[in-house]
Amino acid sequence: MKVEQISIFLENRAGRLADVTRALSEAGVNIRALSLADTSDFGILRLIVTDHEKAKKALKDNGFTVGRTNVVAAEVEDRPGGLHSILSMLSENGINVEYMYAFVQQSGKNAVLIFRFDRTDEAIETLQKHGVRIIPGAELYNI
Amino acid sequence: MVFDVQNETLPRDELESLQLARLKYLVQKVYHNVPFYNQKFNEMGIKPERVKSLPDLKNLPFTEKQDLRNNYPFGLFAVPRESVVRVHVSSGTTGKATVVGYTQRDVDNWSRLMARSFEACGVTRADIVHNAYGYGLFTGGLGAHYGAEALGATILPVSGGATKRQVMLMKDFGPTVICCTPSYALHLYETALANGISIDDLKLRVGIFGAEPWTEEMRHDIQNKLRLKALDIYGLSEIMGPGVGIECIAAQNGLHIWEDHFLIEIIDPATGETLPPGEKGELVITTLTKEAQPLIRYRTRDITRINPVPCRCGRTHFRIERITGRSDDMLIIRGVNVFPSQIESILLETQGLSPHYQLIVDRKGSMDILEVQVEVDEKLFSDEIRHLQETEKKIMSHIKEFLGVTAKITLVEPRTIARSEGKAKRIIDKRNLQ
Repeated sequence: MKVEQISIFLENRAGRLADVTRALSEAGVNIRALSLADTSDFGILRLIVTDHEKAKKALKDNGFTVGRTNVVAAEVEDRPGGLHSILSMLSENGINVEYMYAFVQQSGKNAVLIFRFDRTDEAIETLQKHGVRIIPGAELYNI
Repeated sequence: MVFDVQNETLPRDELESLQLARLKYLVQKVYHNVPFYNQKFNEMGIKPERVKSLPDLKNLPFTEKQDLRNNYPFGLFAVPRESVVRVHVSSGTTGKATVVGYTQRDVDNWSRLMARSFEACGVTRADIVHNAYGYGLFTGGLGAHYGAEALGATILPVSGGATKRQVMLMKDFGPTVICCTPSYALHLYETALANGISIDDLKLRVGIFGAEPWTEEMRHDIQNKLRLKALDIYGLSEIMGPGVGIECIAAQNGLHIWEDHFLIEIIDPATGETLPPGEKGELVITTLTKEAQPLIRYRTRDITRINPVPCRCGRTHFRIERITGRSDDMLIIRGVNVFPSQIESILLETQGLSPHYQLIVDRKGSMDILEVQVEVDEKLFSDEIRHLQETEKKIMSHIKEFLGVTAKITLVEPRTIARSEGKAKRIIDKRNLQ
């Protein structure tokens, strides 16, 4: 039920993001979703890709520090209140969101939310109990 | 004027016979009272009674900073601990500090040498001395303090920090003399201006600056801005503290070393060979009168040369040139001694691993800035910003706690720190102090 996310440490200077995308492009890896968190000195790029093993190897070969984290992908209806309903059920159960990002699928009906939780298993259980669809990794990589 | 006319203007031949008499007594004393020296002399087959002339000094063993650490805390005392009235400590990580003990006579000698130094700078008992050297385990504050009292001047024991309050006191009390690091002098000047205090409100006429390297350009800058005579002071805690040497106001050209108390040599730091007068090398000091913790041929790691030319001030004690560098990798940041190895051990303790790091030292305005760059490897990395920021904070607070210096921590990508011949370049000093 979990999705593999890779994360990359980036110094805050021109061209570094392009170096990542070049490495992935050359390795033939497609990016499904991404988010960039930054401070004044450095940033963390988080990616969900079609082939995380291949992506990780390509990035490491190019000298990047790469981490991997399990995140949860939840599907939500693309309408006002969609995200709010999910966050409400999580907060009622005392589950903290470390970070999240979202993207809209091409079909346009549903949005995909990527979550990093402090207690991942409990979060999945809570969401499923409320009828939220959790997107399996394999499905997400191949959307 | 001259504080101790007889000793400060002793003819060279008399000064040298005094040095020899004191050296002979010293080698006997350390041989019989300090196990470290007893063992070293025996290993090298040296009999104390074989020291018959000053050139025989070159046969004696060196003492290194590591020897002080190895004998931490009181192992190099030449007197019973009960006879020690004061202990100072130089910065260092736990268990690696350098300890120095003083008998009452050592403290008295130190005070008199500091009083000599003040007077060589033109300070008299009519002056008010603003002492912004830190008080505490560091020798700077108390060294200058007791010296000013021995001279009979009025001392303001301001210590470091609270700069805004310091400039208020300078305006209200009208000190005529200031003691601090040269960079702090400029910082005080800028703080005064920022708080609406003009240089016309101050009465400073002499500044005695030390504890960090500085240049002729900085001297001119300080003199123009603060409208005083800026003089260089030399000292190190292992030998005594401030007042081992001083620049006289008459010549303002090189620092007289008080040779009736300290025997100086210049050596080639690579071979340990003694160099002839006038050649540049590492300063080595033997303490001639210290009771609690005398040191034989202590390697200061400071690079300078001895100037044997008689000085116009009338003192017969030789001068050394302004310190132009170090023969090791020690950095002096805002008056605090920092070895890259100390940072490394802090990083090891903080992370439990050995990350690549680099120290970048710069001077912004008048203040030294230390930046520690640490490469982020997979063990250190987290995909959450706050974890990385916590790591930065932790390293910063450990450095502050152990070394007493504030550093900016910057996380950098792996392999961004330049390696030369497989070894990382640890220090980039952009201050241009040569």
